[in-house]
Amino acid sequence: MLKAKHKTGLVFFPAFDWAIDPTHPEREERLLYTQDQVVEEGLLDIEGLVEFKPELVTTADVERVHFCLPDPQAVMTESHFISAGGAATIGRAVMEGAVNKGFALVRPPGHHAMRVVHGARGFCNVNIEAIMIELLRQAYNVDRVAIVDTDCHHGDGTQDIYWHDPDTLFISIHQDGRTLYPGSGFPNELGGPNAIGTTLNIPLPPHTSEEGFLYAIEHAVLPILEDFKPQLIINSAGQDNHFSDPITNMNFTAHGYAELTRMLNADIAVLEGGYAIEGALPYVNLGIILAMAGMDYSHVQEPSYDPDRLRQSASVTTTIAKICQLVRAYWDQRGAIAREVRAKPGCHERSRQIFYDTDGIHETQDETLALCEDCGGALRIDSRSDRGRRLLAVHIPRKACPRCESKAREWFEQADTKQFNLVALQDRTTDTYTVRSG
Amino acid sequence: MIVGLDVGGTHADVVLLGNAGVMNEVKVPTDPDDLFQTVLSALDQITADIDPHRIERMVMSTTLTTNAIIQRKLPAVGMIVAGGPGINPELYRTNEHYACIGGSIDHRGREVKPIEAAEVAAVREKFKAAGIRNVGVVTKFSTRNPAQELAIARHLEGAFDKIFLGHRISGNLSFPRRIVTTHLNAAVYPIHRQFFKAVQKTLLQKGWEVPIRILKADGGNTSFEASIDYPAQTIFSGPAASVMGSIAFGPENGEALVMDIGGTTTDMAVLINQVPLLDPLGVELGGHKTLIRALKTHSIGIGGDSAVRFEDGRLQVGPHRDGPALAHGGPTPTPTDALVIMGKTHRGDRDRAVQGFGTLAAAMGVSVESAAAEVFEHTCRLILAEADDMIARINRQPVYTVHEMQAGDKVAPTTILVLGGPAPLFAEKLESLSSCKVGVVPRWAVANAIGAALARTTCEVVLYADTEQQVAFAPEEDFQQTVERSFERQDARRMALDLLEGKAIERGANAEHLEMEITEDLEFNMVRGFATTGKNVRIRAQVKPGLIHDYDPVAGRLM
Repeated sequence: MLKAKHKTGLVFFPAFDWAIDPTHPEREERLLYTQDQVVEEGLLDIEGLVEFKPELVTTADVERVHFCLPDPQAVMTESHFISAGGAATIGRAVMEGAVNKGFALVRPPGHHAMRVVHGARGFCNVNIEAIMIELLRQAYNVDRVAIVDTDCHHGDGTQDIYWHDPDTLFISIHQDGRTLYPGSGFPNELGGPNAIGTTLNIPLPPHTSEEGFLYAIEHAVLPILEDFKPQLIINSAGQDNHFSDPITNMNFTAHGYAELTRMLNADIAVLEGGYAIEGALPYVNLGIILAMAGMDYSHVQEPSYDPDRLRQSASVTTTIAKICQLVRAYWDQRGAIAREVRAKPGCHERSRQIFYDTDGIHETQDETLALCEDCGGALRIDSRSDRGRRLLAVHIPRKACPRCESKAREWFEQADTKQFNLVALQDRTTDTYTVRSG
Repeated sequence: MIVGLDVGGTHADVVLLGNAGVMNEVKVPTDPDDLFQTVLSALDQITADIDPHRIERMVMSTTLTTNAIIQRKLPAVGMIVAGGPGINPELYRTNEHYACIGGSIDHRGREVKPIEAAEVAAVREKFKAAGIRNVGVVTKFSTRNPAQELAIARHLEGAFDKIFLGHRISGNLSFPRRIVTTHLNAAVYPIHRQFFKAVQKTLLQKGWEVPIRILKADGGNTSFEASIDYPAQTIFSGPAASVMGSIAFGPENGEALVMDIGGTTTDMAVLINQVPLLDPLGVELGGHKTLIRALKTHSIGIGGDSAVRFEDGRLQVGPHRDGPALAHGGPTPTPTDALVIMGKTHRGDRDRAVQGFGTLAAAMGVSVESAAAEVFEHTCRLILAEADDMIARINRQPVYTVHEMQAGDKVAPTTILVLGGPAPLFAEKLESLSSCKVGVVPRWAVANAIGAALARTTCEVVLYADTEQQVAFAPEEDFQQTVERSFERQDARRMALDLLEGKAIERGANAEHLEMEITEDLEFNMVRGFATTGKNVRIRAQVKPGLIHDYDPVAGRLM
């Protein structure tokens, strides 16, 4: 009988009755053929592969991460509570030792959802990895976490949530933002002044193939992970780098995904994007599951695989080597860069425009951070949307120092509620979310 | 009149049902080395004074095929397997003559790599040279497109007695389970065929021209003729017989747990509104995971004759049986002895039981009477704990839609039905230890044979339609039809029910009283680019497992 080398948990929630709209890539059919492949391969009969039923996250779990306008129920459907719950179920199973590793094969995805949520962007409403991570931190006292986002699109939502958190290393590998949504994720995006270097971006040129991806993992991601020494490694496992994906331009393969999974050796993988639902997903998911379980994946190959057509050009190879070198240098010199950034006047403030492409919402944010040597720093966000909603969001980080804690309380208590639809305090030291309304 | 026969590991139970209910019941010891003789002697005894022409049918459940599988006494067969990309099919090897060949079909049934005739021919010659007579053929995704299994079969034609094709054996996905199930069918085929042919012949010699039905693991029966092509469906029918014998006594609106307490094991199953719960995948037997439709049962190694020990300060009951109870001449203390010592039953030699319990009681540091009470209570608690686990596992089963997640239906039995030899002795104690009402199934000792006699003819149809490729087909039925692009879910439902009706009647069902239902009903829009290119429809329909008593005059009087 077949046996998994590493006991691996799976949550499979294809949400066969949920879609953004009938012809949207994020629709009922997306995981249908993946399910067919998983069932036909008999994966769930393999000893050591365990399927779990997803739990539902609560609004408190969501408010540990997000500020939702007007509230979580308004921006989430039942399917979001389940898909975040699926990630949480896998997280708990890993933390409790029921399995060594786990993969949440769930939809809808979440990595474009930022800390403030006015609606859906990049098919995402809430950030399912972040909800899981904060839940695990709360329940199991996990401290240092690394997230490696291998979706083809920059994980700008996860980046935003952990921008100021020195205990969460976020590395995104994605197609160059000059050629793909959401247009961000450049190497110089390194995190806020209190957390320089724990955000890293590795943009890869279009037509990167297996060789290039695995090079970046080996030469940039793995050495940095080794330095950071996370207690947990999370893989935001988007599958849209595949050569057949309809909305991206990369040349990655099912075998390459399996190889990447083996090298990365993440504790938890969470499905993100991936829209080649017939030609890629069934094989990519099969490869990822086998690789996580420590089983042979050498026979996993998509029908349209043609190595000659997928060979990477010399210029792509050179570009990737340079980017990896640059990212390594940023990481190695993060202390010096942080000092430089913090010396600049106004570095604690930023203003930006955020577009919610899925829901067509424009948001403007003014952010103020308490510069701090001792913690992630109190954070204040004044957010307005073109739907006329205004929020004052105040965040106290998990390991806040007394100074930042009182600064944040002051922001919260002194806010003029008449100016805002919602004034909210997200206090991670007490795990509470408090609201004052206007 | 109907004869119901359930051959178990230790006894064969047989009943004769007539207009007045159970007209006769007999228990004969099973001779595991000669089941044929066991069956004949049971039939001889039950029909001793009966005019054979008055018997309408005979329903049998035997351990014949089950034993052959568990004892690994299977004849050599050949297996030809084509996997294509994925897990290496060599890892699913079932037997010595197992050949993996090229060829592959994808998840939508499109051919990716063809079968090579020369490769099949080479395997055919090798099998022939090895004296193989029956062959199983399985390709990955053959339930999406059987073309490659059929092509392989064509190359084997005339060279073997019988060829079993994976897609005809189950319409469900799971390549490894299809391999196992096809192999089991091919392997038990000669055993099954020979046995029932012999039974039929002997009965004919006695002048009995009685249709023989055979009980399946899903609690339904099938005609002997139909069973020849799917002999493995008859494995593991014993637990199903007991469940079918209990269902009339479960709550009409509610959930019940059935416990068949035997000598070696206790088998458990669940009834929901008097309908037994089916296993979503298929029966698991002796380490073989199959696609054989079966009731969801859970068997534990705790029964009346389980060996009781006291080790490291803890009582242990089972999972082994060293022989009969002390009171019946056995070697080790058992729960049955506890009942004898407690005076709950007067059958058996109490002195012998007391004597044998001496060492156990001494180790426990209590009197023999207290030890007996403790052993009995512990046994009941163990059984109930296993029952709780089974229910929890059922409730943990994943669902794949938001709707099902929201509905969140949980199984929570309020009634326990016990049957099997010591059933009445356990009932009271079980009730005092659980929050359920506990009832004893009437005629508890032969309820299994009654269940076999009264089970309906059941079957299932799986229909798959892909309107982009303009095809609808039901793999097990050898049915394939071109459909219009406008074909949709309700057309598929009608098609599945038509196929099911034909299949059920062919297998012996009463056409007037078919209780059919749709158990899976999925339709997906297939979108390519930004346009809908077709529909992908998956329908599953079944004859609900149940009793024939609603319309059968014989059965009607019984319950």
